[in-house]
Amino acid sequence: MAQLDVAKIRADFPIFDRTVRNDRRLVYLDSGATSQKPRQVLDAERNFYERHNAAVHRGAHQLAEEATDLFEAARATIAQFIGAQPDDIVFTKNATEALNLVSYSFLNATIKSARGKALPEGASRFVLAEGDEIVVTEMEHHANLVPWQELCDKTGAVLKWIGLTDDGRLDLNSIEFTARTKVVALTHQSNLLGTINDIPAVSAMARAVGALIVLDACQSIPHMPVDVTELDVDFIAWSGHKMLGPLGIGCLWGRAELLASMPPFITGGSMIETVHMESSTFAAPPKRFEAGVPMAAQAVGLAAAIDYLNDLGMDNVAAHEHRLTQLALDELAKLPGVRVIGPLVATDRGSAVSFVVDGLHPHDVGQILDEHGVAVRVGHHCAWPVCRRYSVPATTRATFYVYNDESDVQALVDGIKAAQKFFGVGE
Amino acid sequence: MNLENMYQEIILDHYKHPHGKGLKDDFAAEVHHVNPTCGDEITLRITPNADGTLTVSYDNQGCSISQASASILFDQINNVSLEQGTEAVDHLIAMLQRTEEPNEDILGDGIALIGVAQYPARVKCALLSWMAWKDAAIQATGKGE
Repeated sequence: MAQLDVAKIRADFPIFDRTVRNDRRLVYLDSGATSQKPRQVLDAERNFYERHNAAVHRGAHQLAEEATDLFEAARATIAQFIGAQPDDIVFTKNATEALNLVSYSFLNATIKSARGKALPEGASRFVLAEGDEIVVTEMEHHANLVPWQELCDKTGAVLKWIGLTDDGRLDLNSIEFTARTKVVALTHQSNLLGTINDIPAVSAMARAVGALIVLDACQSIPHMPVDVTELDVDFIAWSGHKMLGPLGIGCLWGRAELLASMPPFITGGSMIETVHMESSTFAAPPKRFEAGVPMAAQAVGLAAAIDYLNDLGMDNVAAHEHRLTQLALDELAKLPGVRVIGPLVATDRGSAVSFVVDGLHPHDVGQILDEHGVAVRVGHHCAWPVCRRYSVPATTRATFYVYNDESDVQALVDGIKAAQKFFGVGE
Repeated sequence: MNLENMYQEIILDHYKHPHGKGLKDDFAAEVHHVNPTCGDEITLRITPNADGTLTVSYDNQGCSISQASASILFDQINNVSLEQGTEAVDHLIAMLQRTEEPNEDILGDGIALIGVAQYPARVKCALLSWMAWKDAAIQATGKGE
């Protein structure tokens, strides 16, 4: 395994050329919200617009051909990154939309079925009845919770959840899956706690009752090797912008036979097979789920991000972050009045490190850190129920990525100490 | 550091020793306002008095700015009329938007919140209790807009 050359990596990211707040070095510890972008990604996007810009899958001209080829090549690169087939990757505007695509497949199949409308073969797996169960976990991001709450509201299905242990892990004894359990939706890595979940264990429970498994991989795919052929799940949603890619693009991977049996979500141009005034038929996946002119430049940018990560090696990325996470946990443990919310050990744990400082509100901690050039996130991190579970109103969260090193951990620690000193707490 | 403009001693003092914190049992209107991005919360109650003034009580949790601002609110607009309180709320908003110069006669210690104006993300913290007061005051007096 090779150590990442952080100085060389940082040189690829133009944003590190600037300073923040009174000429401070930028210590960017908010990659869990969105990552910074290397020049290679920006160049790829710019090159698309400057040399090949056209609406893909339309037009009889050379630019349209080139744009389409680049777009589909990007899909292939992204698919290969997670061991998938290109046609099983659907582009969405973000991970939230990808998760909604799945939840709305259930809703639309249920509504159409009740009205006796034609559905793709196999769609019965997506038809819910009153009393069916949808299982999530207590550590979900709102994006993998609220869509399922809404689906339950509209169909009469019942929402259940896997609870959490005091040390920030899933409590698999807190729930029993039943024959009524149709969907199990969970995160691969908690965006607040950092916990990496035992997906094989949950999959085994779900498979035993025939439930479909939806994985939110927003915090895992950017940070560690993920291979769909090794994970026994049915859908994986994630975003491009957290993995060095552009804003405005997310991905959904689904098992081919499931995607083929799902009714469309967003409808319009591109996603059709035939259209008459009375009705329409729909294209095969992935196009069935990609209505309108797609985000080709962003797909090309995301493929460039994946090339960049592949050059670093995802094993190396994971090992690098693991080392920083271990260091951060060790250093925070030494600070009086600072408490980490989530696993205190780096085992089965990603680099999202949330903490509270006794006597200080996270907003005030974040403000002092910002004054020191340290960018963190404060609040409930779109995972409000997790904060309630651990009886904290909010946390301060640092997340580490490929461009961070030990000096950034030290800057975080120094900033926390400065906040404690400023407000006269700790010690 | 610039921050000291925002975290003036007077603000930190209100934060550490808030005035009037604690809910009264007697009230005509109660509101619960939250800042959904950071989880700051306030429950605020209003009781109209015979002379037309409004008694306020509150309980809250949140950052230093939101806590200090609620404490200052209590100093400035507890037991004033709807009109006088609304004038103070409107002036605080205008001050934080930098469209009016701080007026100590209206805001008292609240003029120290001017430092918040340079941090747009914190303006909501400073306004949370004041917007809750306005909401509750209008409900309590039945003078909806």
